[in-house]
Amino acid sequence: MVLIYIDQDEQEIKKASFEAISYGATIAKQLGTTAEALLLGTVKNNLADLGKWGANKVHHVNNIVLNSFDARVNATVVAETAKSLGATVLIFAHNLNGRAIAPAVAVKLGAGIVTGACALPKTDAGFVVTKTVFSGKAFASIEISTPIKVISINQNSFGTVISDAIATVHELAVAVPSSTLKITSVHKIQGEVPLTEASLVVSGGRGLKGPEHWGVLLDLAKALGASTACSRPVSDADWRPHHEHVGQTGIQIAPNLYIAIGISGAIQHLAGVNRSKTIVVINKDGEAPFFKAADYGVVGDAFEVVPALTAAILKSKSNA
Amino acid sequence: MKILVCISKTPDTTTKIAFTEGNTKLDENGVQWIINPYDEWYSLVKAIELKEKDASVTIHLITVGGADTEPIIRKALALGGDEAIRVNNNSNDSFIVAQEIAAIAKEGSYDLILTGKETIDYNSASIGSMLCALLDQNFISAAVKLDLNGNTLQVVREIDGGEETGELNFPAIISCQKGMAEQRIPNMRGIMAARTKPLKVVEASVTNATTHIKNFELPPAKSGVKLIDPDNMDELVRLLKEEAKVI
Repeated sequence: MVLIYIDQDEQEIKKASFEAISYGATIAKQLGTTAEALLLGTVKNNLADLGKWGANKVHHVNNIVLNSFDARVNATVVAETAKSLGATVLIFAHNLNGRAIAPAVAVKLGAGIVTGACALPKTDAGFVVTKTVFSGKAFASIEISTPIKVISINQNSFGTVISDAIATVHELAVAVPSSTLKITSVHKIQGEVPLTEASLVVSGGRGLKGPEHWGVLLDLAKALGASTACSRPVSDADWRPHHEHVGQTGIQIAPNLYIAIGISGAIQHLAGVNRSKTIVVINKDGEAPFFKAADYGVVGDAFEVVPALTAAILKSKSNA
Repeated sequence: MKILVCISKTPDTTTKIAFTEGNTKLDENGVQWIINPYDEWYSLVKAIELKEKDASVTIHLITVGGADTEPIIRKALALGGDEAIRVNNNSNDSFIVAQEIAAIAKEGSYDLILTGKETIDYNSASIGSMLCALLDQNFISAAVKLDLNGNTLQVVREIDGGEETGELNFPAIISCQKGMAEQRIPNMRGIMAARTKPLKVVEASVTNATTHIKNFELPPAKSGVKLIDPDNMDELVRLLKEEAKVI
């Protein structure tokens, strides 16, 4: 049985978990077994709906203590549940909480783990999982040789498969170890899609010359409904907040569209964004290395090109 | 307070990645080796900051790897560790590495174990979480801030779209990332002192790998950029809609 961990935040199922269910369900089909989801805590979502993304069953540990995330406690509950249900493959989203517990769960099950997978495992001979390595500069195929396998799947690398199926929901009573971690505050950036979940991203670099010039970029992002990001020099100079820094030592993202404005495309920056499906580069220097990694390029002054692009997008939206 | 800082050796961030031996090994020709940036800039420097505030803090460094990791360990000692332990195990299986670290951690009864958020080579982001299970200690991942208040740790971690603050007691395992501390450069005094700091080598004790790398692959090259006239943004919008189908 393939068991998929459902991550939640403030009683809402995380977007990455729907993708994890579809990924796990596809593996279950490949292996001729069932796909079962595991949710800890209480959520507002209707659990039977998880069938849509491919879960045959949803196991629900309905304990309010589990609404706040404690890696040690969650990993223990997941591992105990996986053992009692006889799971042979465990799937996690490779988001922040998934990263925090998947390796601990693997240890508790004596299982081999591949984190940051980017494709379905090959299961015809052995069990081989492909993941991104060297911060997106390469892929590695890794064989897991233990009876139980654990995988965390990179966000936005598989997508979702939707049907009109309905899952059966099973309430589970599991002993929950007491937590010695006290969450004292949560601070959310208001009104923005988290970068790791964004499908459209507009990003700026030093070419924009200063924080006071960010308006053209913000207008474009608003017209597209995109999230905003920046290069490392920009966040280091405090032109933009640190949480917007994408790159090798910042956030690694894989949106459908990444628009880079005034970013030269240093190898460290590319490592954070080269899994984007489509890359548009706007730079006045036609020799900028980023053009080699781009799908579409515009050689021109950002302060002219970007407002023109914004206008073209608004025009196309009003015609639609 | 005793702190254990996990140190890993990785290729420099500017390394152009290539493979050899039928795509089964990293081509190490011309590769500059560095301390994994998350281990150095954030966890090690954070440990040094704690020691600067409280001289009774001791910092031990641990690395799991061959003798070729020693220049990296010396550099870490030059930045500020008190002593280092190298477990002579060349495995790149996270489970093995974590078990080696856990064995040393149990022996040294550390109050705090710091790791980087991930290494920039295999990007597994696994060691901290595995230590959590092996040592049954609290684990905070992707931490951006750590403050000490008596015996209570206040840690801010990144969550999707924000930050969460938690309080916990020792012992604890924290994986560190940007925000935790500022990058430092070792000074001459540190470099001189590092030469004589103890570096203990411990033989490998774990060998049963749970995974192994079959081969590597480079991403397919982009077919070439399509250049759009800067005066024709309607064309770019059309291509994004009709060709790329992303908006």
